[in-house]
Amino acid sequence: MRVWRSGAALALFSSFACASDSRFTFQPAQTVIARDIADIHNWIMLIIAVIFVTVFGVMFYAIFKHRRSLGHQAKPFHENTIVEILWTLIPALILIGMAWPAAKVVLAQKDTHDATLTIKATGYQWFWGYDYLDSGFSFKSKLKTPRSQIENYNSPGEPKDEKYLLDVDEPVVVPVNTKVRILTTSNDVIHSWVIPAFGVRQDAIPGFIRDTWFKAEKEGVFRGQCSELCGRDHGYMPIVVKVVSQNEYKDWVSKRQAAAKAAADDPNKNWTKDELIARGQKVYESNCVACHKADGKGGGPFPALAGSKIATGPAEAHIHIVLTGKNAMPSWAGLTDTEIAAVISYERNSFGNHDGDFVLPKTVKAARK
Amino acid sequence: MNAATKALHPGESVGEQVHGHTHDHAHDDAHHGAQEGWRRWVYATNHKDIGTLYLWFSFAMFLVGGVMALGIRAELFQPGLQFWQPEFFNQLTTLHGVIMVFGAIMPAFTGLANWMLPLMIGAPDMAFARMNNWSFWLLPPAAALLLISLFVPGGAAAGGWTLYPPLSIQAGMGMDFAIFAIHLLGISSIMGSINIVTTILNMRAPGMTLLKMPMFAWTMLVTAYLLIAVAPVLAGAVTMLLTDRHFGTHFFKAAGGGDPILFQHIFWIFGHPEVYIMALPAFGVVSQILPTFARKPLFGYVSMVYAVCAIGILSFMVWGHHMFAVGFPATAQLFFMFMTMLIAVPTGVKVFNWIATMWQGEMTFETPMLFAIGFLCLFTIGGFSGLVLALAPVDIALHATYYVVGHFHYVLVAGALFSLFGAAYYWLPKWTGYMYSEFWGKVHFWWSMIAFNITFFPMHFLGLAGMPRRIPDYPLQFTTFNSMASVGAFLFGTAQILFLINVIRTIRGGVGPAPARPWDGGHTLEWEVASPAPHHTWETPPDEATVVAGLRLQGLEHS
Amino acid sequence: MNVENGVHDAHYFVPAPSRWPIVGSIALFCMAMGAAFAMNSVGAGKWLLIAGFAILLWMIVGWFGDVIKEAQAGDYGLQVDHSLRWGMSWFIFSEVMFFAAFFGALFYTRVISVPEIGYFSDTHDLLWSSFQAVWPAATGPKVDAYTAMEAFGLPAINTAILLTSGATLTWAHWGLVEGRRGQLKLGLAITVLLGCLFLTFQAIEYHHAWTEMGLNLGSGAYGATFFMLTGFHGMHVLVGTIMLSTMLGRALKGHFTKEHHFGFEAAAWYWHFVDVVWLILFVFVYWL
Ligand code: HEA
Ligand code: HEA
Ligand code: HEC
Ligand code: CUA
Ligand SMILES: [Cu+2]
Repeated sequence: MRVWRSGAALALFSSFACASDSRFTFQPAQTVIARDIADIHNWIMLIIAVIFVTVFGVMFYAIFKHRRSLGHQAKPFHENTIVEILWTLIPALILIGMAWPAAKVVLAQKDTHDATLTIKATGYQWFWGYDYLDSGFSFKSKLKTPRSQIENYNSPGEPKDEKYLLDVDEPVVVPVNTKVRILTTSNDVIHSWVIPAFGVRQDAIPGFIRDTWFKAEKEGVFRGQCSELCGRDHGYMPIVVKVVSQNEYKDWVSKRQAAAKAAADDPNKNWTKDELIARGQKVYESNCVACHKADGKGGGPFPALAGSKIATGPAEAHIHIVLTGKNAMPSWAGLTDTEIAAVISYERNSFGNHDGDFVLPKTVKAARK
Repeated sequence: MNAATKALHPGESVGEQVHGHTHDHAHDDAHHGAQEGWRRWVYATNHKDIGTLYLWFSFAMFLVGGVMALGIRAELFQPGLQFWQPEFFNQLTTLHGVIMVFGAIMPAFTGLANWMLPLMIGAPDMAFARMNNWSFWLLPPAAALLLISLFVPGGAAAGGWTLYPPLSIQAGMGMDFAIFAIHLLGISSIMGSINIVTTILNMRAPGMTLLKMPMFAWTMLVTAYLLIAVAPVLAGAVTMLLTDRHFGTHFFKAAGGGDPILFQHIFWIFGHPEVYIMALPAFGVVSQILPTFARKPLFGYVSMVYAVCAIGILSFMVWGHHMFAVGFPATAQLFFMFMTMLIAVPTGVKVFNWIATMWQGEMTFETPMLFAIGFLCLFTIGGFSGLVLALAPVDIALHATYYVVGHFHYVLVAGALFSLFGAAYYWLPKWTGYMYSEFWGKVHFWWSMIAFNITFFPMHFLGLAGMPRRIPDYPLQFTTFNSMASVGAFLFGTAQILFLINVIRTIRGGVGPAPARPWDGGHTLEWEVASPAPHHTWETPPDEATVVAGLRLQGLEHS
Repeated sequence: MNVENGVHDAHYFVPAPSRWPIVGSIALFCMAMGAAFAMNSVGAGKWLLIAGFAILLWMIVGWFGDVIKEAQAGDYGLQVDHSLRWGMSWFIFSEVMFFAAFFGALFYTRVISVPEIGYFSDTHDLLWSSFQAVWPAATGPKVDAYTAMEAFGLPAINTAILLTSGATLTWAHWGLVEGRRGQLKLGLAITVLLGCLFLTFQAIEYHHAWTEMGLNLGSGAYGATFFMLTGFHGMHVLVGTIMLSTMLGRALKGHFTKEHHFGFEAAAWYWHFVDVVWLILFVFVYWL
C-alpha cells in the first residue's frame, strides 16, 4: 500500500512540478481560446485533485485502521440517507462549477463571425491543400521529412531532424492579430485540422464544409498533425502555420498571386509528349510515389504500375481509375486536367511501360463529362 | 421420459403437467449433460460448462489482443518505422481494439454471468440452455473471421475499431470480414443477453425479490438490457457500411445526400452504452468482493441500484461527446457536455458507497480484494480523465490524442480487466474446488498495478502535449514517454503469464482443496453449494430459509 | 415447490446437449465467409454462401423440430412458458432497435444532411452550389434522376392487407382460446395468404421501381433508406409468413391447447410487430 501511495503522490507532484514543460502539458497558448482551455483544464485538475485526495484519503485511512490484523471489528451499518443525499448533491454542484466556465468557452469557440481572412483547408490522402478564398490562390502543403529518415526497417536510417514529421514544404501563412476563419473539407476521407497552440481542432469531412477560427497573438511557426485516422500515411500529414506581421503577409500574398498566375497551365497550350512526361514525373513524385513507389513497382496492397494491365491497356480505363479512384486508390479529380494528363502520360511511358501514346488535357476534360 | 408418458399428455394444461412429470424429469435432467470428450463442450447446455468455455475463450482473445498491443508498443518504442508498414500498424490497432472489446472483455463478463448468475440467484441453469450454447459458439467463428482477414488481399480492417467511413468504404476485403464478424458477435451478444435478462427476471429463488438479489445480478441485468438495445444498432450501422461498399447506397456519401457523420452518430449511439456494457459488470463484481472482504454488508444497496439504472439511462444521451470535433452547433456541444458530466453523479455514488462499505470494516487483503481496491483507485482516475474530456472545449484540445487512449485504458484495463482478475480469484475456489496460490496472486496484482501505471499514465502527458493516436511514428519530443509506455506494456504482459500459470496450477490442485465457503464474508447463494460446484446445482430451488438467512447477512432482509 | 403460482416450479426444463447450435454456427460462418468472398468477386464465395444457407435451413428445421417435440411432450412447465414470453419480448425489442437505426438514418439525411447540401450553407455554396435539394426527387448532387414511390397506390393496398392480416390473426387466436379449431385454421390460412399477397405486391412494386422509375439502391439517400427499410421489412414479412405457415401446419396436426400455445402466440407477436413497423414505414417512407 505504502508503495502505491507514495507513487501516486510522486506522480501528482511531478505533474505539477513539470507544468511549465510542454512535454507534460499543453503547448504554450497563442490565442485567447487556447489560454481559456488551459485555464479550465487547470481549474478542473485542481478540483479533481482535491476530490481524489479527500475521497481516497478516507479510503486509505479505513484500509490502514479497519483491518482484521489490527483486531478491528466490523460494524454492520449499511445505510445513511443523509450522507447518501449529500454525496449525490455535492458532486452535482461541483459539476455545475465546472460546466459554467466551460460553457462560455464553447460559445466563444463556435463564434466564427467577423473573420478578416478566410482560408479553406482541404484534406487529401495525405497532405493538405489551402485555398486563400479572399486572394484567389491556392497551394498544397506536404510533409518535408524525407522517407530516408522515416524508414528504419533495415538500418537506423538517416538522423532525424529536430522538426521530424512536423515540417512541410509550404506552410500556411497568416497575419498576426487577425481573426482567421478556417473552413475544412476533404477530398477523400475524414482528416482533422489541428493546431494545439491555437486551441483549434476541426475535422475535415468530405462533401461538407465545417469551420473554426483563431487569432494568433505572436509571430512564429506553429505546428500540428492530422488527427483523424485517414489511412496509411495518417501520421505523415502535418499542419504548419506561420504567423507573420501584417506587412510581411501582404508581400507574401502578392508574391503568391503573381506566382500563381505564372504557374497556371495555359489551358490552350499545345503540349508535346516529352513536355507532358516531364511534367507528369513531377506530379507522380508529389502524389503517387507514396503508394506506387518511385520505381512503379508498388508494394503490399498497392499494385505495381509497371506492366499493369491498366497502365498498358486502353487510356480510357487509365484516366477513369485516376479520376474516380477505386477501393484504396483515391480519386484524383482534385488535380487539374493538365496534371492528370501529364501523370498518365508519364505512367504509360515509364517503369518499362512502352505504350508510346500519351494523353492530352482536353481528353481528360472530356472524360470528366 | 418414456414414450408412454409422452403419449399420455399431448395436450394437457401446464399445471397438471408439472404434477405429472416432476419425478422422471428430475431424473432426466440430472443425467444428461454429463457427456464425455469433445461433445461435452461442443454440445454443451450446462451453464457452468458454457461459462467455462466463455472464460477460456476470452482469455485466449486477451492474449491475442495483447500480443497485438505489444506489436503497437514495439513500433512506438522509438520514432521512425522499425517493424511494420504503416498500413499493418493500422490493422494492429484496429484488431487490437475490436478483439479486446468484443473478444476479451465482453465474453468474459458473459462467461461470469453464465457461471455465477444461476448459482447466485438459485436457478438450475440459464433460461435457454441450448441458445446459450449458440451464443458461445458464434464467438469462435467471429474471431476466426477477424484473424483470417489478416491474410486476405489488402489485409485486415485498418480503419480503427470505430470503422469510420469513408476510410472503411475505401478498404479492401478485410473490412467485409470485420463487418460480418461484427454481425456474428452482435447475434451472439443479443442471444446471450436475452438469456441473462430472462434468467434474472424469471428464475430467482423464492424470497429473492428484485431488490434483494446480489448487486452483480443487477449490473448484469442492466448490462444485458443495454446490449439488447444497442447491438442491433451497431448491426444496422455496419450493414449500411456494407451496402455503401458494395451495393451503391449513399448513406455515408455526400454525393447522394448522405453524410459520413451519420455513421458516427449511429456508431456512438451504440458505442457509448457499449463502454458501460464493459463497466457495469465490473461494478457488480466489485460490489460482491468488497463486502466479502470488509465483512460488512454493501453500503447503500438501493442507491447502488438506482445509480446503475441511472447510468443505464444516461448512457443513451451522451454519445455526442465522442464527436465534439466534427463541428456540431454550439447547442449540441453544450447538451452533450452537460449530459456527460451528469454521469459522474451516479458513478460517484457508487464510488462513495464502496468506500463506505470498507469504512469500519474488518478488512483482509486477499488477491480479489487487492484487485477490487486497485480497480477503485484507477477506475476513478479514468473517470476523472473522462470528465476532463467531457468538457467540450478541453476535448477540442485532447480529442484523438493519447490522452483519450490513456483515459480509456484506465477504465478498461484497470477497470474492466482488473475486476475480471478479481472475479477470477474470488470464484476460482468455487470453480475448481482448490485454492489458488495467494503469494503468486499478490505478485500478479502488484506487478500489474505498477506496470499498468508505467504503461498508461505517461499517455496523458503525451496527449496533453498533442500526440495524435493511431500513428505508427511520432515527432521527437514524444520519445521519452513512448519508450516508457512500451517498456511498461511488456512488463504488464509478462505479469499476465503469472496469472495463467496460477490458474492452471489451481485447476491441478492448487495449494489444497477449497471449502464450500472459502471467504468467511461471502453470504450470497453460490457459497451454499459445494466446491467445486457440482455439475448440476439448485435443481430444486434453495429453500426460503436459506435464502433469507443469506439476505439478512447481506443487510437486505430486516427483522 | 410452489405450483399455484407456477413460478417456482421445482424442475425447470433444461434441454439435453444438442448439436443444433454448433451446426448453426458453422452455417453462419460459411455464410459470412461466402458473402465476403462473393462481394469481392472471389469465385467460390457464392457456393459457400449457398451451402451455408442450406445448413442454416437444416439447423432451423431440426432445432425447431426439437422444440416442437418438447412442447408436445409437455416438457415446458409454466415457468418455462414465462421464460419464453420474456425471451420473445426482448427479441422483438432488439428488432425494434435494428429498425430504429435505419429510421434514424432516414430522419438524419432528410432533416440534416440533404438540406445542408442543398440550401444555404457553406457546404452548399462552396461545394454543391449547382444542386438544389428536393426530397425525395433529388437527394444528391451526383444521383441519376428517378421518380419517388407514390404512397396511395400499391403501398396503400399493402397497408390494408397487413392491417387485415393482423385482424384475421387475432380472430384465429380467439378461435384457439375458445376451442373453435376450425376458426383457428381458417384464420391462420387467410393470414398466411395475405402475407403472401403482400410479398407479391412488394415484388411488383420493386420491379416497377427498378425498371421504370429509375429508383434503385443508388438513388441517393432516398433510394438507400427506401430500399433498406422496405427490404428489411419485407424480409421480416417473409419470416413471419413462414412462422405462421408452420403454425398452420401444427394446427392442422392438432397441436396447441387452449392454455398452452406459446408457439402460436410468439408468431402472432412477431406478426403484429412487423405490422406496426409497416405503419410507421408507410407514414414516413411513402407518405410524408
Ligand atoms: C469502461 C469504459 C468506459 C467508461 C466507464 C468511461 C467513462 C467515462 N468516459 Fe469514456 N471512453 C471510453 C470508455 C469508457 N469511458 C472509450 C473506450 C473511449 C474512446 C473510444 C474511442 O474513441 O476509441 C472513451 C472516450 C471518451 C470521450 C471522448 C474523448 C474523445 O475521443 O475526444 C469522453 C468525452 O467526454 C469520455 C468521457 C467519459 C466520462 C465523463 C465517463 C464517466 O462515466 C466517468 C465517471 C466517473 C467519475 C467522474 C469518477 C468517480 C466519481 C467520483 C469520485 C465522484 C465525484 C466526482 C466529481 C464531482 C467530479 N470518454
Ligand atoms: C477493452 C480492452 C482493452 C484492453 C484490455 C487493452 C489492453 C492494452 N492496450 Fe489497448 N485499446 C483498446 C482496448 C483495450 N486495450 C481500444 C478499444 C483501443 C482503440 C483502438 C482504435 O484506436 O481503434 C486501444 C488502443 C490501444 C493503443 C493505441 C493504438 C493507436 O492509437 O495506434 C495502445 C498503444 O499503446 C494500446 C495499448 C494497450 C496495451 C499495452 C494493453 C495491455 O493491457 C495488454 C496486455 C496484454 C498482453 C501483453 C498479452 C498477455 C501476455 C502474453 C501473451 C505473453 C507474451 C508477453 C510478453 C513476453 C511480454 N491500446
Ligand atoms: C492511397 C495510395 C495510392 C495513391 C497515393 C495512388 N494510388 Fe493508384 N492505386 C492504389 C491502389 C490501392 C490501387 C488498386 C485499386 C484496386 O484495384 O483495388 C491503385 C491502382 C492504380 C492504377 C491501376 C493499376 C492496375 O493495373 O490495377 C493506376 C493506373 C493508378 N493507381 C494510378 C495512380 C496515380 C496516377 C496516382 C497519383 C496521381 C496514384 N495512383 C496514387 C493506391 C494509390
Ligand atoms: Cu489525414 Cu489523418
Ligand atoms: Cu462515451
